[in-house]
Amino acid sequence: MTSTAATSPKNFFSDAGKKTSLLRLFRNHFLTGLCIAISLLTLVPLFSIIVLVIKNGLPLLSTNLFTQLPPAPGLDGGGFGNAIVGTLVMVGISLGFSVPLGILAAVFVNEYASVSWLASVVRFVAKLLTGIPSIICGVFAFAAVVMTTHKFSALAGGLALAILILPTILLTAEQALLGVPYAFREASFGVGATPFQTIWCIVLPEAMPAIMTGVMLAVARAAGETAPVLFTALFSQNWIKGIMEPTASLSVLIYNFASLPYAYHIKLAWSASLILVVLVTLSNILAQVIFAPKHH
Amino acid sequence: MSTEEHAATPTEASEWPLEPTNNFAPGENNFIKVDNFKFFYGKKEALHGINLEIPSRKVTAFIGPSGCGKSTLLRNFNRMNELIPGVRHEGDITIHGTSIYDPSVEIIALRRRIGMVFQKSNPFPMSIYENIVYPLRIAGQNTRSVLDETVERCLRSAALWDEAKDRLNDSALGLSGGQMQRLCIARAVASRPEILLMDEPCSALDPIATAKVEELIIELKKDFTIVIVTHNMQQASRVSELTAFFYLGILIEFDNTRKIFTNPSMKQTEEYITGRFG
Repeated sequence: MTSTAATSPKNFFSDAGKKTSLLRLFRNHFLTGLCIAISLLTLVPLFSIIVLVIKNGLPLLSTNLFTQLPPAPGLDGGGFGNAIVGTLVMVGISLGFSVPLGILAAVFVNEYASVSWLASVVRFVAKLLTGIPSIICGVFAFAAVVMTTHKFSALAGGLALAILILPTILLTAEQALLGVPYAFREASFGVGATPFQTIWCIVLPEAMPAIMTGVMLAVARAAGETAPVLFTALFSQNWIKGIMEPTASLSVLIYNFASLPYAYHIKLAWSASLILVVLVTLSNILAQVIFAPKHH
Repeated sequence: MSTEEHAATPTEASEWPLEPTNNFAPGENNFIKVDNFKFFYGKKEALHGINLEIPSRKVTAFIGPSGCGKSTLLRNFNRMNELIPGVRHEGDITIHGTSIYDPSVEIIALRRRIGMVFQKSNPFPMSIYENIVYPLRIAGQNTRSVLDETVERCLRSAALWDEAKDRLNDSALGLSGGQMQRLCIARAVASRPEILLMDEPCSALDPIATAKVEELIIELKKDFTIVIVTHNMQQASRVSELTAFFYLGILIEFDNTRKIFTNPSMKQTEEYITGRFG
């Protein structure tokens, strides 16, 4: 019985029909090759930017860049420590506004009122806001803070960045909460937990890695933006003394110095670009490696 | 929430759900009574006027084909169905003579008195220890000795102590499927409930783990009133004293398990348990 039941592989496959045509084989290989080539092509802009920034930014790289102030126009030497600090301060301020607001709004939208009209409105508006040009955020902060306090300030810059990243944080936090299995909530409610306890003890800790990924991506976005801080924080040649002062930032420094006719300032702008790219890349990597969702 | 009137006696209403101890008097008044209960998901009526009385410290099995409403009814005993938007009910469910829909009944207290074990084991992504003490911690109990004692008591009653005592601080997610389900049973009994609801607790387990959980159910009925939903007819006949057969949102037959499986009164019951439909 066993000897006759098994057909030899050769007979078995020859039953399958005509031999695959050469054209079909060619088309298969051609399209596979095309996909690979196009995938590689998408890497070209990214790598050329990195190569260019490293090539031009590296020569001036030293600790002076972090500890010294920008030189007066026409002079050499110095760094842009104030711009690095200013960027960090403004990103910090923006996170101070947008992280609590974004996460709490996401908790409301996803945990408390997932089918209410208010949740739909919040979700819809957040999606709209992600598409708002960053300069509009700057205009808003200019009107809301600069016009009322009569001062360009880190606070205004931070607020502009906060508005820019708030929808990103809200939407990624909502996705993070959606990713927490319903079974956890059910288990928690099943033993008599309140909605608050369920969210605080079970859902948020479980969603936190994914929420932090969104926050780090928002940090990367905020650190790199020029338009929102351009006419809210303006720029400063000096160290930051308070958040109600005009404040330097890396992105505005690049914008300003790159358009100056002094060779040294242009080199400084390249170095600032390098440091900004490194900062942004680091927070992106942090987002994806350190806070990557843990497996279950 | 509910629109109809409740027939709760005021004395029992104040006593039953609020006392955290396990000193209920066995007897006539200690059971779950379902009174002309209807339940709706939106416009769809999932339960059509169920009448049922479940005795204490016995295992009652709910059987019936998928979508017959057995899980829906089970999940109403601790009002878990109310987490779903757009549901409503008519009729009443009383436990110890107190309506679970009485305004004086706190839903939190209700769920602390009624443990629930779900179809798919759902331990929290925490240590074994923290999983079991979670019901206590959320009730504000953080005394170490009480927590330690609870962990041992619950793991023992879930027959998991010997396997887990040396790894209490390990993640609960490292346990096997059967162990996880027993951990969930341990967690369900941590707040000293009187009633244990089990919604197909073995459907995701292999036969050996299933046998362990079944042994455990028989052991637990000394202390708890157990209601189990199951698709497995052998399981119903092995673990339960009483069986309710549901079909299309109607309670077709409710009787001693032996009677249901040997000499059912209703034709539909007989056809279902002999495998002719369902």
